[in-house]
Amino acid sequence: MNPKLRATTLAVVVAALFPLVGAGSMATAGKQAKVTITVAALRPGSSDEAKKQFDDNVALFERRHPTIDVQPVEYAWNGATFAAQLAAGRLPTVFTVPFTDARTLGEHRQIADITAAVKKWAYYKKFQKTIIAEATTSKGRIIGVPYAAYAQALHYNRALFRQAGLNPNKPPTTWAQVRSYAKQIAQRTGQAGYAQMGLNDNTAGWILTTVTYTLGGRMERGQGTSATATLNNPFTVQALQLLRQMRWTDNSMGSTYDYTWPTINQAFAAGKIGMFINGSDIYTFLVQSTDLDPKIYGIAPLPLAKNKTAGVLGGGSIAVVRPDTKGTKLDAAMKWIDYFYMEKLVNKAAALRDARILVANKQPVGVPAFPIFNKKQYDQANSWIKPYINVPIGQMTPFLSGVFKQNLYPEPAASTQSVYHALDPVVQAVFTDRNANIGELLGQANDVAQKAIREGK
Amino acid sequence: MSATTRDVQMAVAAKARRRERLSPVIWVRNGGLAAVLFALPMLVVFTAFSWYPIVRLVILSFQHTNLIDPPTWAGLQNFRDVLNDPLFATAVKNTAYFAFLALIFGYPIPLIAAVLISESRRFRGTFSALAYLPVVIPPVVGVMLWKYVFYEPSSVGLFNTVLGWFEIGPYGWLQSPGTAMPALVLESTWANAGATMIIYLAALTSVDKELYDAASVDGAGLFRKIWNITLPQIRGVLLVTFILQIIGTAQVFLEPYLFTSGGPANATLTVLLLVYQYAFGNSIGVGFGQAAALSLMLATFLAVFSVVFMRVTRSWSTA
Repeated sequence: MNPKLRATTLAVVVAALFPLVGAGSMATAGKQAKVTITVAALRPGSSDEAKKQFDDNVALFERRHPTIDVQPVEYAWNGATFAAQLAAGRLPTVFTVPFTDARTLGEHRQIADITAAVKKWAYYKKFQKTIIAEATTSKGRIIGVPYAAYAQALHYNRALFRQAGLNPNKPPTTWAQVRSYAKQIAQRTGQAGYAQMGLNDNTAGWILTTVTYTLGGRMERGQGTSATATLNNPFTVQALQLLRQMRWTDNSMGSTYDYTWPTINQAFAAGKIGMFINGSDIYTFLVQSTDLDPKIYGIAPLPLAKNKTAGVLGGGSIAVVRPDTKGTKLDAAMKWIDYFYMEKLVNKAAALRDARILVANKQPVGVPAFPIFNKKQYDQANSWIKPYINVPIGQMTPFLSGVFKQNLYPEPAASTQSVYHALDPVVQAVFTDRNANIGELLGQANDVAQKAIREGK
Repeated sequence: MSATTRDVQMAVAAKARRRERLSPVIWVRNGGLAAVLFALPMLVVFTAFSWYPIVRLVILSFQHTNLIDPPTWAGLQNFRDVLNDPLFATAVKNTAYFAFLALIFGYPIPLIAAVLISESRRFRGTFSALAYLPVVIPPVVGVMLWKYVFYEPSSVGLFNTVLGWFEIGPYGWLQSPGTAMPALVLESTWANAGATMIIYLAALTSVDKELYDAASVDGAGLFRKIWNITLPQIRGVLLVTFILQIIGTAQVFLEPYLFTSGGPANATLTVLLLVYQYAFGNSIGVGFGQAAALSLMLATFLAVFSVVFMRVTRSWSTA
């Protein structure tokens, strides 16, 4: 190509491209760029109806916010994989963590600081102080939005109660009754009268802590790295002795002692367990991930000892944002949290919309929970959705009529998971050794927990 | 020509030859470049996936990290933390126990199976395939099979059903500190024996048949032949599988992780499971330094053990 021809060709090409460039710029200016966020959806293995219900919510949100593209990803909180997902940059933009972990993650800046965004919400000041405290670091930064709270509860199988000659409308109200009912169920039905999580994955320690709270004990005193571990208090000893009696004296706990969160729920749904302790909100999981027959389901408040410090261990879930989220992405993430988790708690139209989607997809509405804001707001939100409630509310009456009279206490604040982990082997020892030295084991666990607290782990 | 002049000339010629040998052109012409090009993919893969992670692990073992902030140097603190952790001794003891049980039961079984199969004339292929079958089953599937079919603690578990016929049990195989570790070893032996057996079968084919014929003429029976001919002839392979077994059992993770999570009461907590717990047991991931330190300690121990073992057994492994 000669130089003249080359220059002419170049000029023509540039001239031809100019309008295209201009048109592109104008298009961008006229239409806002789309922001994509990934959001935690349902647990792996959830039913098709549950997935459809979630997708319906996403579609509605995207219609309302055309510049936001929401991509749901299957998700279940797992402390073991969180660090790996964080290191690999594989966390969803919005995901959920239990109360147990949120503050620790926030202290280590492993989730985003969303203080400014949360304080803009009209209902920010309505949060119960104890609830928003679960998502607030020691420096006062808000690192998540608590959207669901529960109290630990006693779940029981009404069919096994009946089979054992017990009244399913009168669940046990003392630990002595729990023990005698468990024995009766085991003897008359051949199933475990009472079961308890016992795996070395912090769940064994979590449930032991729950029982200890109901007797009046606490696992630590103080705050942060200067907190004192009190695992070896007399109430924990009492809780373990109760466990030992049911396991070895009464033989009322069946043959499986290594249950963890999903497996104990599955065994309960399969009719193998008379009574067990778990959060009051597990009915949703039982419906979405097991073949529970709703007719067998019963829930009651945990028995409390008659002393001032006895109370129920609370828990809940917090919506959080991955730590590197900024700008328009952070705005989109907050809009999703507001829409999907919060709006239905404070806005009638949103509550009705959510209930309709849930019912249309055969998902539970009206699962017992604990107020995020105040009891009045909670009752009002429940009254909005009353026509849609489809859970066996009559079978939940013992819980609903009793739990609000109980004192709800948060989990141990310092090194929560490490405290539970230190207790795991103690529970396992009681399950597997009739002569386990409870005092000595608790002493060792206390040392381990104290070291973890001191090191901020 | 004087001797000195001749020496000088020879030195110059040698230098020229050396230069010629070192010249890039000669190096390329002699295939040096091709060799490097052939080795390059392997070097890249090894650097990216083996050597770089090893170097990172060593660095990490001297650091504190929370995966968000830049890591800080911690000196030997991570190593001190590991050594002061009461679970470290438990994990070492449990790992040694697993290795010991695996050695007692897991080491001879593949050898006995290989000898018996090699003696079989008609069904050698069938027996080999059957023995190798567990190796083909995905490890997680194998563990789940044993956990929920064989070791199921209620009376419907396979082992408990059999014992039930004699009115014994049922037993919680994985739920008792006394039986949990042997239960893990049993499954592990089932899962891994096939691979070792294939190695022994291959080694047995190299044994000169005339030795057996001669022994038969001398009136030797089967056990005499195995003891005096088979074992000495394949002792090199036996020593290699021995060291591989020690290395493998020292790194046992899958079985305790999937069967028991280290329980009951830490009875099956192994060194590698402790590494995992340091790194992932707490969601905040602040134990990565300790996990790296313990990994490095284990790797160093195994390297030293292997070198000493190879030195000690050098004379035994050669004919």
